[in-house]
Amino acid sequence: MSSQLENANPVVFQRSGERLLTASEEDEDVHDPIDDREIFDLIRSINDPEHPLSLEELNVVEQVRVKVDDPGSTVGIEFTPTIPHCSMATLIGLSIKVKLLRSLPDRFKIDVHITPGSHASEEAVNKQLADKERVAAALENSSLLEVVNQCLSTHSI
Amino acid sequence: MAADSALALALVEEFVSGLVDSKAKEATKAVKDGEFTILQLVEALGLSLTSSQPHTRARGVQLLSEVLHECSNSLTEKEVEVLKTFYENRLKDHYVVTPPVLQGLKSLTKCTVLPSGSAVSMLRSLFQDVHVQSLMLAERACVYNMLINLMETREAELKSLGPDFVFGFVQSMDGERDPRNLLLSFQVASNIIHRGYDLGKFAEELFEVTSCYFPIDFSPPPNDPHGITKEELILALRSILTGTPVFAEFLLPLIIEKVDSDVQSSKLDSLQTLAACVSRYDYKDVAKFLEGLWTSIRREVFQTSSEKLEAAALSALQALTSCVSRCVQSSDSEDSLSCFLDLLIKDCKHHLSEPDLKLVWPSAKLLQAACSASIRASHIITAAVIPNLIEQYNSRTQCSQRRTLLEVLQKFIQSVKSLGSTEAEDNALFPYRSSLCGVVFSALTETNDSLQILATSALASLAQQTGLLDESDIELAVDHLTKLLLTDEDERVCRAVVDCAGTLAAEHPAQFISRMIPRLKMETFAVPLDADVPEASQGPSHQSLRGRCVAALASVSRGPSVVQQSTPVLLELISAAHTGSVQFTMEDVVLACHGLQRIADQVQVSEETEETGRCFHHLIIPRLLSLALQAALQDVPRPSPLLEESVLTAMVPVISSSCSRLQPKFAEETASKAVSLFLNGDVSFLPDNSFPSQIQLLKGDCWRQSQMVCLLMGCVCAAPRAVEVPHQDELLSALEELSLSSSHTLSYTSAAKCYAGLVNKRTPGEALDSLVQRTVKRVCSELDNPKSGVRSQAFTLMIWVAKALLLRYHPLSATLTDKLFSLLDDPDLGSVAADGFSLLMSDSSDVLNRALHADVRIMYRQRFFTDNSSKLVQGFHAATERKSNYLKALSNIVNKLPKQVQTTELPALLSLLLEGLSCPDLTVQMSTLSCLQPVLVQPPPALLQQLEALVSRLLALTSSPAMDVRMGSLRCIQALSHFPSHEILPFRGRVLRALSKPLDDRKRKVRSEAVQARGEWFLLGSPGGR
Repeated sequence: MSSQLENANPVVFQRSGERLLTASEEDEDVHDPIDDREIFDLIRSINDPEHPLSLEELNVVEQVRVKVDDPGSTVGIEFTPTIPHCSMATLIGLSIKVKLLRSLPDRFKIDVHITPGSHASEEAVNKQLADKERVAAALENSSLLEVVNQCLSTHSI
Repeated sequence: MAADSALALALVEEFVSGLVDSKAKEATKAVKDGEFTILQLVEALGLSLTSSQPHTRARGVQLLSEVLHECSNSLTEKEVEVLKTFYENRLKDHYVVTPPVLQGLKSLTKCTVLPSGSAVSMLRSLFQDVHVQSLMLAERACVYNMLINLMETREAELKSLGPDFVFGFVQSMDGERDPRNLLLSFQVASNIIHRGYDLGKFAEELFEVTSCYFPIDFSPPPNDPHGITKEELILALRSILTGTPVFAEFLLPLIIEKVDSDVQSSKLDSLQTLAACVSRYDYKDVAKFLEGLWTSIRREVFQTSSEKLEAAALSALQALTSCVSRCVQSSDSEDSLSCFLDLLIKDCKHHLSEPDLKLVWPSAKLLQAACSASIRASHIITAAVIPNLIEQYNSRTQCSQRRTLLEVLQKFIQSVKSLGSTEAEDNALFPYRSSLCGVVFSALTETNDSLQILATSALASLAQQTGLLDESDIELAVDHLTKLLLTDEDERVCRAVVDCAGTLAAEHPAQFISRMIPRLKMETFAVPLDADVPEASQGPSHQSLRGRCVAALASVSRGPSVVQQSTPVLLELISAAHTGSVQFTMEDVVLACHGLQRIADQVQVSEETEETGRCFHHLIIPRLLSLALQAALQDVPRPSPLLEESVLTAMVPVISSSCSRLQPKFAEETASKAVSLFLNGDVSFLPDNSFPSQIQLLKGDCWRQSQMVCLLMGCVCAAPRAVEVPHQDELLSALEELSLSSSHTLSYTSAAKCYAGLVNKRTPGEALDSLVQRTVKRVCSELDNPKSGVRSQAFTLMIWVAKALLLRYHPLSATLTDKLFSLLDDPDLGSVAADGFSLLMSDSSDVLNRALHADVRIMYRQRFFTDNSSKLVQGFHAATERKSNYLKALSNIVNKLPKQVQTTELPALLSLLLEGLSCPDLTVQMSTLSCLQPVLVQPPPALLQQLEALVSRLLALTSSPAMDVRMGSLRCIQALSHFPSHEILPFRGRVLRALSKPLDDRKRKVRSEAVQARGEWFLLGSPGGR
């Protein structure tokens, strides 16, 4: 099995703690805007396709690379593959995109792309992820959908 | 006699020719009653047994066997001998005769008078004439049962058969497929192995016929009436395979093969079997396979996909290492243990030098598992890794790397732990103690919180090893901990320090008494220099500092010597707060009480309790009572904090913990002193005795005095049931009076609780019944009078007495609970009555629980529910205005029921719950949701028929104005997604559409519930999902 892994011993980063609950979040009358941390919390627990680790632990996603504009209804995510030739980059991007499509209200425009300079075929991957039709087509493919769903299920073990 | 034979003949005729099965029972009864003997029966059977028709012969034998089944023990040795010979001979008969013959032989094997030698001859003919696997299920079971019976009673005879017995058994079980029979045959095999039968040259054959079932893959059919589980089969088979070292050469390759498979459950079973088998093996048994086993284990840990597998692999490695450690070294060969461990170290050690990378953890875990296997393994592994880890820690500067290294080090220290060696020099860590201390102390002074927390747990692990820390180290550690406690800003660090101090103090009390306690005392009583300046400066606030000091004082009080130093400090705090000599707030006093309670709770039951018990019963409790009394009698403008309800309720557990846990003989003294104080105003046992002579605490004229009754409750309701409380009748009537007359909530509630606590422990009998009846009458008359001024008092007393009686299954509890049901319709008390059900069903913390030795019968909740649920349903349908009270009461009860009962009882209540969901009252919605949610985890079939109603009601609630209701309904919707998919798949599209709205909820918490629920519903019916 070990021969199949592209990166058998990756660097592991610490997980951030749970978001602290503030008094205003308990208050019925206050409106909580959707913020960077909330989006980050949505995607940080996505499982890596290869390792029993989350994208956050592999530092593929970071909170500073999440940009959200709640009134303007846009979300922008940059993700960083662990190695420049990672063949899983498209799959990871697709998982992030699907997770956000399922978890955010329809009004949001979701943009997922690779952190500039971190992957060999950056442009191709970005283009694939930005193309609505190709994303939709990918999700019609049941074996691809299966892998994506596995990345998104909370009880992978 | 002739008549008897005629009866026998008639029965035989009807059974054999008439095919009337019930005649066998009649024949059995006749033999049992002595109407005819077995011999007469056999004579009567004569014709049928010699018939030329095999079926007739079979029928005849069947009758005989069925009679023998019941009557085998009334046979004489001679009769047994004859019957045995007959049956053995019949084995050679036509195949239709075989089943009843086997039944008969089985009955004979149960005979106590079986002549010696007959077991051998039975088995010989059995193995020779019968091909077991071509028999039917029941007959195969019969053969295995014969073997089991004979093994129980005729062990020596069977052993005399030698390997032939094993061979015969192997042949009979070869190819068995039914799980019921497998369990039986596994039992025979296990007996063969564990009771020392000679396997001879058939060891491999026996292994083959059993190991072909490994790993067990069995899922019982739904509604399985036999109740055989996979676990049963696994354990039965494991006990055979791991039972003897003879199997080692066959089993170990099989295990390696199965660990390498892709099926999770077979990996797990193989690893567990490995851990079990090597405990019986010698080095020579495993030597050939060590490398292969290591490779498999390593792969499982390095690329693990589940924690269960990882844990199984690690314990297998530990077992394997201790097996190798047991090997006796011979002088000419190399040390096998170090060879094996070198293999591990070679594969794992280099990963420890890359603390950022993923494999550092699995490598550390593998080495630690090996390290914890034996003393020698500890020495070899620590020598290989500890110096390197320490050096890395000292040379690396990045905080995250140091954190990893320190945590790895801490786990290594722990893994050396469990080996009880007395000499400090024997400890594998002894050579590194000073550098380990250096690392730990330097980490304690770091600025990073998580490093500090790790350092405290490493320090605690070091302290638990004998002789690693010498006195100066402990002193230094105590100083470090004190400093952190008093200066660090982070509360998590502080909690870690408090825990660590507790662990250290248990081993080294002297240093804490001399260094930490005086410092903590000083800080506790220190007056803030400038109280007006806002706490913007560095360090924790004064308030939280006091809290920490108190927590640390409580935590370090692990032995009588420390307790005697720390409790006076806490008492002094309470007393100073009362006199006002130092400015303590109410919160400080509450904290001090919690501290005292914790000390009483953490006393280990051992010979030390005597001293600590004396301290609590003779010093602390009288002092607390005295201070509370002073506060109650005082009449000064500045009210003492000891009059506050929160302080008094914090004192109660101090008293009740010491009465329930420490020394019953002292508890008895305390109870009688408290009774005489409260009944007679006897203050002689209190310190600082300057009280007026006329004190009447239970009269209820002054709330300051009457509220002290809660302390009385602590004294008399917590002791073990054997402890006698004096003057009970007088006390009970005073309490009843107070609870029905006082207008002060704490006073009348505590009086009612105290009354209930005493009633619960009272010996059953006439006196108790009449007492309860009197109270019930009085309470009901107050409740029935709508103009009464003490209705809520009467209600409180009623509900507590009802609880006290319900817990002990007292028949009179029904009167009170029925009253409670009728109150649900009451305009004033209806809603309180509904809440009362929650009090009835939950454990209360300060009285009437098992820790305080109350009489609590098992499953009283279920009993109450089954007795009363129909009343609720009826009441609900009959009610007009206050339906919501019934729903609230119902959800209060159902919430506290164990799962199994909920599931079985739910169908009857389902319509009520659904009604609760559509009830406009928010609290009813909320309580129904919280009652529904646990039920949804394992849905009862009745629920599946109501899915449509349930889904639409839940979806409607996701737009409720109350956020708790929105969250509750979303949680239920998420739980729905785990229902059998064919049932809920039709709802998928609708739920997904409906859930897109709460994704944009204004509250973040609601959104997060919606995200989880929607995510689960998306996975439903989708590839890779569920």
